[in-house]
Amino acid sequence: MAQTIAMEAAVDRAALFEFLLGMGDNTLVLGHRLSEWCGHAPALEEDIALANTALDLIGQTQLWLGLAGEVEGNGRNADELAFLRDAREFRNLLLAERPNGDYGRTLMRQFLFDAWHYLALKGLRASSDPRIAAIAEKTSKEVAYHLERSRDLVIRLGDGTAESHARMKKALDELWSYTGEMFVNEAHDAALAAAGLAPEPESLKPEWNTLVAETLCAATLGKPQDGYMHRGGKRGLHTEHLGYVLAEMQFLQRAYPGASW
Amino acid sequence: MATALRPSIEDVWNWLSHVPDPEIPIISVTDLGIIRDVAWDREALVVTVTPTYSGCPATAVINQDIERALKEKGIENVRLERRLSPAWTTDWISAEGREKLGNYGIAAPIDGTTAESTLMERIAGLAGGAPLTVQCPRCNSGRTEKISQFGSTPCKASYRCRDCLEPFDYFKCI
Ligand SMILES: [Zn+2]
Repeated sequence: MAQTIAMEAAVDRAALFEFLLGMGDNTLVLGHRLSEWCGHAPALEEDIALANTALDLIGQTQLWLGLAGEVEGNGRNADELAFLRDAREFRNLLLAERPNGDYGRTLMRQFLFDAWHYLALKGLRASSDPRIAAIAEKTSKEVAYHLERSRDLVIRLGDGTAESHARMKKALDELWSYTGEMFVNEAHDAALAAAGLAPEPESLKPEWNTLVAETLCAATLGKPQDGYMHRGGKRGLHTEHLGYVLAEMQFLQRAYPGASW
Repeated sequence: MATALRPSIEDVWNWLSHVPDPEIPIISVTDLGIIRDVAWDREALVVTVTPTYSGCPATAVINQDIERALKEKGIENVRLERRLSPAWTTDWISAEGREKLGNYGIAAPIDGTTAESTLMERIAGLAGGAPLTVQCPRCNSGRTEKISQFGSTPCKASYRCRDCLEPFDYFKCI
């Protein structure tokens, strides 16, 4: 009996660890992508805005991966999880690792992600685990600003010049097939939802659809038809792009283990 | 016996009210409202701090500054604890802090205007709401415009005054 309970707890802990890695890896990888714009954005204000968004996301990573390490119970901290795992151990959405492309593509990726991120955090504020609820409460305030900004820019550029409209349309068409993964339930998701820890991914879809359709309509872009959807990131099956991100991000800790300054 | 030598909690709060925010040194950590609790736990003084923004680089510096300030007052055993919930809100910035911000050239946050509170209404298509009016801290004009959602630090947005033409920071509401 005691053994069964211990086993169950262990299974839950593994599922919870996977879930927390997903949250932290999304913010880590996307935060890194945004930081690639630092010093390159089309206007100073945009440069600052992207760097600040990246900063928020990296800060949120510390909270999620910090908790993941605590739940795992093997003494790994947020830094070790960020710098010393290989691509197959990352649980981020494929959308987060898509290359920046032009500024329009970066903003479209941000909007599609922010809309999901905001709704996911809104659900997580009611988590039965007070540690998760606290992080969601804190970070959803920041993400509300991210969404407000990316939504506004998608509308302005979509409904802008012929050039900006064409670029936003292209970005949307390129990224759309990476949005389905946000709402796919993986094996551990049902157990987490049953325990009240996190909402099921597919439950977020109706609200996301409404929000995204409204914005894309205002942007004169229109919502694409759902077709083939890429997936795999949440199981560690990534595109080749993640390897390059990790090579840059992890180089220092790999070459000089434990380096600090 | 040892307790008799302890500074009072009130003294500690007073000392903390002189620890400046590293990025906006005109206001203190107590003005900002990030000190949530001060209490003795046996021999240790426990100071509970809440972060402003998750990724705010000033957080580590703030912790160091608090520790240093209390050590200078003779408290060797200080323990800093992080509290995330309830999440920090600009509503916690003191009236004095708001006045200091204005004098420093930063427009103070306007309560009740978080992105979160307006977001869902906007998404529902109620875009007709009155746009936020931020007063110019230099000439008090209400004819100002937002240049960017973000500014020189995570907590600020960039604005410009259309009367005196001066750019300024707005401490955004969260
Ligand atoms: Zn003015």
